[in-house]
Amino acid sequence: MTPDGRSVLIILPAWNEADGLSAVLGEIKQQLPYVDTLVVDDGSSDRTAEVAAAAGSAVARLSFNLGVGGAMRLGYRYAREHGYDVAVQVDADGQHDPSYVPALLAHLGEADLVIGARFCGEGEYKVRGPRRWAMQLLSAIVSRIARTRLSDTTSGFRACNRPLIEFFARWYPVEYLGDTVESLVAAARCGFAVRQVPVAMRARTTGRPSASPVKAMIYLVRAGLVLLLAVIRRMPKELRELAPGSPAYAAYLEELLARRQLAAEG
Amino acid sequence: MQLSTLTSITGIVVLAYILELLRRQQLREKYAAIWLCIGLVVAPLGFFPSLLDSTARSVGVASGVSLVLFAGFVLVLLVSLHLSWEASRLEAKTRTLAEDVALIRSQLAESATPSGGGEVR
Ligand SMILES: Nc1nc2c(ncn2[C@@H]2O[C@H](COP(=O)(O)OP(=O)(O)OP(=O)(O)O)[C@@H](O)[C@H]2O)c(=O)[nH]1
Ligand SMILES: [Mg+2]
Repeated sequence: MTPDGRSVLIILPAWNEADGLSAVLGEIKQQLPYVDTLVVDDGSSDRTAEVAAAAGSAVARLSFNLGVGGAMRLGYRYAREHGYDVAVQVDADGQHDPSYVPALLAHLGEADLVIGARFCGEGEYKVRGPRRWAMQLLSAIVSRIARTRLSDTTSGFRACNRPLIEFFARWYPVEYLGDTVESLVAAARCGFAVRQVPVAMRARTTGRPSASPVKAMIYLVRAGLVLLLAVIRRMPKELRELAPGSPAYAAYLEELLARRQLAAEG
Repeated sequence: MQLSTLTSITGIVVLAYILELLRRQQLREKYAAIWLCIGLVVAPLGFFPSLLDSTARSVGVASGVSLVLFAGFVLVLLVSLHLSWEASRLEAKTRTLAEDVALIRSQLAESATPSGGGEVR
C-alpha cells in the first residue's frame, strides 16, 4: 500500500536476467517497501525464476518465450486477478531507477497512463544519427494522437491505473514495438489520458545494448508499419467501454472518491 | 467482358479484404506485412496486365500474363511453405504446454495427498 492507500504492483518482464535481477529487486524493496513485485520469466534458459523467488518476489514462469508484450499481458492479468490499484512496468535489467516510481504514481491522478521518458532534460541518455530521427518522427506522430507531448514513445517504464489494467489484461500487443508504441496509441485512441514524466535512465548493468546504427532504417520501416496498424485498427467495443466517459470508468471514479472520503474521515 | 476488368476487380477486392482483416485485428503484423506487400503488387497488375510484357520478354517468357501466372504459382508455394513452418512451431509449443499442464497436475495431486510427499522437485 502506498502512503495514500493504493496497492501497487511492479511488473518486471525478464528474459535471461539472472545476473542483475537480485540487485534490481533489492533496490526496489529498499526504496519502495510498500509495493509488491511480479517477475515474469519469459522462458529464460538461465536461473531467472530461481533468483527472483530467492529475492522474495512473486514469479510467473511462461512455458516459452512470448516477448515483452506477451509477458506484460500476463502481468496485467495477474494485477487484475489480485485487485491491484496501480501496475508499474519496470525493466529487469536495472536501467530504470525505482526512485522515479513515486513521481509516476503522483501523476496518475491526472492521467491513466504515465510514461517515464528520457530525452527531456533529466539524465544524459543519447541516441544519435538516423535512429534518433526515426524516434523523433515517431514521437511527433504519437504526440499528436495522444494530444500531449511524448518525447520517448518506446519507453518501457510506465504506470497505469485500474481501468487500464483491465484494458491491458484483455488486450496487449505482442509484436515488435507493439508493447510500447502500439499499446500507447491504442490507449490514447480509446480516450485514456497519457502523460510523461522526465526520468534519467542508467546504462545497462549487465549484458549488451541491442541498438545498432545499421538497423536504423529497418527500425523506421517497422515503426512505420506498427504505427499504420495502430492507427487503422478498430478497437473492439468492449475495450472502448472501459475508457473515460463510460459507465465503467464513472463507477471507478466514484469508488475512488468514496475511498478518499473514508480515508479523510478515518 | 475484358480480361483487365476481371483482374482489376479481383485485385481491389483482395486488397480491401486484407485491409479489413487488419482493421479487425484478425491478422498479426508478420502476416500483415506479407499480405500488404502482395496486395500492393497484385492490385496495379490487375489494372494493367500488360505491365510486365517487356520484363517478361527480357527473361525469356512469351507474355506478361504467363510471367504473372508463374510468379503467382511460386508465391503461393512459398506462402504455403511458410504456413507449414509456422504450424510446426505451433505444434512444438502446444506439446510443451500440454507437458507443463501435466506437470502442474501431478504437482497438485502430490501436494493434495499427505502421503505423496509434496516436495517440489
Ligand atoms: N518477457 C520478456 N522480456 C524481455 C524479452 N526481451 C527483453 N526483455 C526484457 O525487457 C527489458 C528491456 O529489454 P532490453 O533488451 O534491455 O531492451 P531496451 O532496454 O529497450 O534496450 P537496451 O537499450 O538494449 O537496453 C528487460 O527487462 C528484459 O529482460 C523477451 O523476449 N521477453
Ligand atoms: Mg534495457
